Amino acid sequence: MTADAAFAVQAQVAAAQPQGLARAVGEPILVVENVSLAFGGVKALQDVSFDVREREIRAIIGPNGAGKSSMLNVLNGVYHPQAGTIRLRVGEGWREFHDMDPHEAARLGIARTFQNIALFKGMTVLDNIMTGRNLKMRASFVEQALWLPRARREEYEHRRAVEEIIDFLEIQHIRKTPVGRLPYGLQKRVELARALAAEPRILLLDEPMAGMNLEEKQDMCRFILDVNEQFGTTIVLIEHDMGVVMDISDRVVVLDYGRKIGDGTPEEIRRNQAVIDAYLGVSH
Amino acid sequence: MLYREAGQFRTSYAEDQRIFPIRQDRVAIALLLAFAFFVVPAVASHYWLKALLIPFLILSLAALGLNILTGYAGQLSLGTAGFMAVGAFMAYNFELRLPELPILVSFALAGLCAAALGIVFGLPSLRIKGFYLAVATLACQFFVLWVLQRVGWFTNYSSSGVISAQEIVILGHTFDSAQEKYLLTLAIVALMALAAKNLMRSETGRAFMAVRDMDVAASVIGIPIMRTKLLAFAISSFYCGVAGALYAFCYLGTVEPEAFSLDLSFRVLFMIIIGGVGSILGSFLGAAFITLLPIFLNLVSGFLSHAFGVDVPHAWLSNIELIIFGALIVFFLIVEPHGLARLWQIGKEKLRLWPFPH
Repeated sequence: MTADAAFAVQAQVAAAQPQGLARAVGEPILVVENVSLAFGGVKALQDVSFDVREREIRAIIGPNGAGKSSMLNVLNGVYHPQAGTIRLRVGEGWREFHDMDPHEAARLGIARTFQNIALFKGMTVLDNIMTGRNLKMRASFVEQALWLPRARREEYEHRRAVEEIIDFLEIQHIRKTPVGRLPYGLQKRVELARALAAEPRILLLDEPMAGMNLEEKQDMCRFILDVNEQFGTTIVLIEHDMGVVMDISDRVVVLDYGRKIGDGTPEEIRRNQAVIDAYLGVSH
Repeated sequence: MLYREAGQFRTSYAEDQRIFPIRQDRVAIALLLAFAFFVVPAVASHYWLKALLIPFLILSLAALGLNILTGYAGQLSLGTAGFMAVGAFMAYNFELRLPELPILVSFALAGLCAAALGIVFGLPSLRIKGFYLAVATLACQFFVLWVLQRVGWFTNYSSSGVISAQEIVILGHTFDSAQEKYLLTLAIVALMALAAKNLMRSETGRAFMAVRDMDVAASVIGIPIMRTKLLAFAISSFYCGVAGALYAFCYLGTVEPEAFSLDLSFRVLFMIIIGGVGSILGSFLGAAFITLLPIFLNLVSGFLSHAFGVDVPHAWLSNIELIIFGALIVFFLIVEPHGLARLWQIGKEKLRLWPFPH
C-alpha cells in the first residue's frame, strides 16, 4: 500500500470516529496494523490494530497479562512482532515498519517510561534528565574531553532546556540528588522528565500512576494533561486506575488475552459488553 | 567553619557546572597542584620521587583508565596490565623505528594502539556481562604477554626479551633526573585527569553511566549501546596504554613483558575498588593507598622495632605488614563499600554543616 493510499484509509477511519473531542485532536500519527507477537507458545498479541491521532491521549487498558506492556514494547522497538506493521507519520509522509529498533524509535520522536522505573540509579536527577537529550548533542568526545567551546556551549544550552522541564514538573529541590535516594513517586516524575527532555512527538507511559497515593496520582494526572496541552504531545498510556483512564483519555483500546476487544471513547468502552465481561467475568 | 559555601551564589549554569563549584575546593586544588609542581621536586629525595611518587602517579593514571571502563561504563576488566604492556612496548618501538618522532607523540600513538586493541577485546562486552566479561578480558592479558614474549619484533629481537626505554627528549631537553621525570609524569597525569573529568561530566560520561545503570533504558532514549561500550573500552585502554608507556620510560627504564603480569592488573583493580568505583578522585586515593601504605607500614614497623629495641626477624616483619595491609583493606571495604572517595565526600558534607549535626 502506498503512503497516500494508507493516508486515505486512515482518513476514512478517522471520519468514522465520533467527533467533538475535548482538545484539538488531529489526524492519525501512528497506526498499528494486525500486529502479532508470540514468545514461544505464548501469544502475547494477536492481530491487534488501532491508531493514535495527533495530540490525543490514548489509553490502553486490560486485565493482567492482556499484552498492554508488550504493545508498548512493540511500539518503541524493544520487542519485534512476528507479523503486522507499524506506520508512523514523519513530516508529510509515512514510514512503515515491520519492527522498530529502540534507537530508531527514539530518533523518530517516540519516548517512553517504564512500568517498574528504569532510571539510572547512580546518577543525579539532573544527569538523568540530561541523558534524555543525548540525541540532540553534536560535540564529539574529543571536544568534550578538551572542554572546547562547542562541547561547553552544548552543556549549558541543554542544561537550560532541562531546567525548564525541571520547573514544569516541580522537581527543582531534588535536581542534584542521586535518584536512588528518592521516594517512588518522585522517581516516577523524574522518569517522565527524562522522557520529556527528548521533546518527543509521542510519549508512551507504562502505568505512570501505579503504586501512587491519591495525591501523587492527582499530581501525575495534572502533569500528563499539561504536557498534552502545552507541548501538544501525543500520549499513549497504560493505566489500571479506571477513574483516571475514563477522566483523562480521549480514546481507549481494550486488550484481553492479546486480542483487541474494544476501542472507542471512554463512554463507549463503559457500555461495551465484551469489556464488561472481560473485567467482571461471565457466568456460564 | 572554614568550609562554608554561604554567600557563594551561582548565577549561571556555567558557574553551577564547574568541576569545583565551591570556592574553598578551588583554592585547595590550586594549592595542592602548586605544592606538587613546585615544592615536592625541591624537597623530595631521589628515593621518594623514584620509588614512590612516580609509580604512584603512573598507577593512578592506570586506575583512572580502569575506572572509566569499570566504574563509569560498568564493564569489568582484568586486562589492564595487558593494555599497559601494549603502551610500553609500542612506545619503545615507535621511538626505535621512527627516532624523529617526538616522544610525546610516541606516547600518544602507543595509547592509540592500546585503544585499538581495547576495541577488539571489548567486542565480547556486546554479548556478555559481569564476571564472564572479566574472564574474556583475562584473555587479553595472557594474549598480549604471550605475543610480546614470542614475537621478537616487539622486543627488537633482544635475546633476554628485555627492552631498555630510550631517553626522554622533549624540545632538545633530556629528562633524565628523577625530578624531571616526576614533573613530566605529573604534568601528563594532571592533564589526562582533567580530560577524564571533562569527559565524565559531559554527554559521553552520562552515556557510560546510563549503560552501566540500565542498558535497556539507555537504548530506549537513543543511546547507542554498542558504540558506547566500545568507546569506553577505547578510552580506558588509551589511558592504560599511556600509563604503560610512562611506566616503562619514567619508572622502570628496562622492561620485560613479565612486568605487566596479571598481578599488576589485580593491583589496579584493587585500587579502584578501595579508592572508589566511578570516581576520578577515587583512582588517586586508591593508588595512594595501595602503593604508599605498604611503605608507610614498613617505616612504622622499622621505627617501632628500633624504638623498643626488639629484634624481630625481617621475614616476620614483612609478613606482619602484609597481614595489617590485608586487614586494613577488609576494614575499609566494610566501613565504606563505595571506597575512600565516598568517605571523603561524606567528610565534606559533614564539614559543611559543622558544628551543627544536621
